[in-house]
Amino acid sequence: MSVLVYVENAEGKFKKSIFEAVSYAKAIAQKLNTNLVAISIGNVAHAELENLGKYGAEKVLHINNERLKSFVNQAYASVIAEAAKKENAEVVVLSNSFSGKGLAPRIGVKLEAAVADGAIELPQTEGKFSVKKTAFSNKAFATVEMHSPIKVISLTPNAYKVEEVGGTASIEEFSDEAKDSDFKTIIKEIVRATDKVSLPDAELVVSGGRGLKGPENWGMIEELANLLGAATACSKPVSDADWRPHSEHVGQTGITISPNLYIAIGISGAIQHLAGVSSSKVIVVINKDPEAPFFKVADYGIVGDAFEIVPKMIAAVKSLKLNA
Amino acid sequence: MMKILVCISNVPDTTTKITFTNDNTQFNQAGVQFVLNPYDEIALSRAIELTENGNGTVTVINVGEVSTEPTIRKALAIGATNAVRVNAVPHDAYFVAKQIAAYAKDQNYDMILTGRESIDYNGAKVPAMIGELLDIPSVSIIKKLTIDGNSATVEREIEGGKEILTIPFPFVAGTAEGVAEWKIPNMRGIMSARTKPLSVIEPVEVKTLSEIVKFETPAPRGTVKLVDAANPEKLIDLLHSEAKVI
Ligand SMILES: Cc1cc2nc3c(=O)[nH]c(=O)nc-3n(C[C@H](O)[C@H](O)[C@H](O)COP(=O)(O)OP(=O)(O)OC[C@H]3O[C@@H](n4cnc5c(N)ncnc54)[C@H](O)[C@@H]3O)c2cc1C
Ligand SMILES: Nc1ncnc2c1ncn2[C@@H]1O[C@H](COP(=O)(O)O)[C@@H](O)[C@H]1O
Repeated sequence: MSVLVYVENAEGKFKKSIFEAVSYAKAIAQKLNTNLVAISIGNVAHAELENLGKYGAEKVLHINNERLKSFVNQAYASVIAEAAKKENAEVVVLSNSFSGKGLAPRIGVKLEAAVADGAIELPQTEGKFSVKKTAFSNKAFATVEMHSPIKVISLTPNAYKVEEVGGTASIEEFSDEAKDSDFKTIIKEIVRATDKVSLPDAELVVSGGRGLKGPENWGMIEELANLLGAATACSKPVSDADWRPHSEHVGQTGITISPNLYIAIGISGAIQHLAGVSSSKVIVVINKDPEAPFFKVADYGIVGDAFEIVPKMIAAVKSLKLNA
Repeated sequence: MMKILVCISNVPDTTTKITFTNDNTQFNQAGVQFVLNPYDEIALSRAIELTENGNGTVTVINVGEVSTEPTIRKALAIGATNAVRVNAVPHDAYFVAKQIAAYAKDQNYDMILTGRESIDYNGAKVPAMIGELLDIPSVSIIKKLTIDGNSATVEREIEGGKEILTIPFPFVAGTAEGVAEWKIPNMRGIMSARTKPLSVIEPVEVKTLSEIVKFETPAPRGTVKLVDAANPEKLIDLLHSEAKVI
């Protein structure tokens, strides 16, 4: 028996969400009294892999070859499912990232395993195996009982704390048994905005709505975000009007995020918007209308004009940094 | 002639206040308005664009009970050619994917489009599961989809960027905003939807792998702490020393 965790890399490095997944998987392995094995696909330095031991991985299966260099969910799912069988895994853990979302269901089908997407807590392992996950666009949580012998769980980023338990992981080469037909999808180009904090990974987010009047006013949003090391986001009408790219649109029909801090500026707080951000740990609202619904779910707020308040916030963050 | 299958789900309207009954084991449907899942609606819109001018057919499929038929008729009004309803409660994503794969297996669709996720259970699981069951590629969070002969070029959202891929027919794609404009049914569409074919088929048997046993709503937040507009520095200070998030 074992627990297997897939450690997705981004250009050879692991993000915090992966350390969260390893820590989470380690805690499950401890509950089940078994070992934690990680699997890494693609080009990652040995030191990076060994470092996973710090979060509890005892062994890392490593596989890197030309055809697996970039992510193709069909092929990666074959490799991970194969590893799960070889390691006799009882639970397979992934991060519920964009890639994780394309992988977990395929792995689940291959292993005839129940899949819990977007878990937010450790599973209950005594008696019936169950885990809590988000549902109804974050308006609720659902506890899912998993009946199959093998379970696939994808963990919501920023829902579980990274825990260092110490240790170095041993590395074992793993063979590629994916079928040729798993590689029909061809990646032509990957475009990454490297100068910005990516929204789905961000711990801090500064977001603007229609109250900002136009795209020319986003300078102060970006400045505040840059100072804080935050990502920028927006409401749907803002991206619909092309003031901001669609990739920044959060909410029921956009991205769902759960950062430590969400600052909403000139956003009314419509239910569809809240669906994407309500699991943020701390919510700050800047709105000139005291009746704006967003204040009902906020932790901190200022009733006032964003054009006066945001520049003052920027100045305050600057002086905070100077004094730090 | 292109043959497209679009999977549609019937979900609570986005403004729904979510509550539960039966000791928090069931979603409370009382007074809830059900709609075509917004992501599925854009998948359907793209499928219709791709088959315009008699260039193909668009079948919509739903796994649901008879109560979902108004939503299916809406899809027909928007422009789908015909519809199939698998007569069953959509138990979980695996159950739904199995039904759709069982139906699609011998139908030679060039592509199967779904939404990126359903806004009720938000699993984002059905498209990749169908892909796996049919052993064909699946791609999701697709913001652009164009056809070139027997393959498609798609733009997929990834963390902090995008990926451009080509995929040969047949494949499954989960679509998101940007792939098309939402289409509003016109009068002709609404009239013709009544007579377009809607066939009802019985489900195949599927092993139950998972089951929702309890729902909860998030604990309410405390009341908001308001800071005076004249003093935004105070807010930054609170975020630093009280909330400890910056
Ligand atoms: C099916 C469906 C799905 C949807 N999905 C989403 C979604 O995913 N995400 C989303 O965001 N929306 C979504 N919406 C839209 C949603 O209902 C709201 O219309 C939208 O969130 C409103 O955006 P907003 O708050 O930026 O604009 P508004 O509602 O126009 O609010 C602007 C706010 O700015 C304030 N303001 C104005 N001037 C100032 C100033 N100078 N200083 C400070 N505050 C100021 C105003 O008081 C107001 O509260 C969806 C709607 C539907 C029907
Ligand atoms: N009951 C259903 N019938 C048909 N298609 C569905 C059903 N449920 C989900 N889908 C499709 O699968 C997509 C993803 O759903 P989900 O995996 O539930 O997030 C949806 O956008 C639909 O296209």
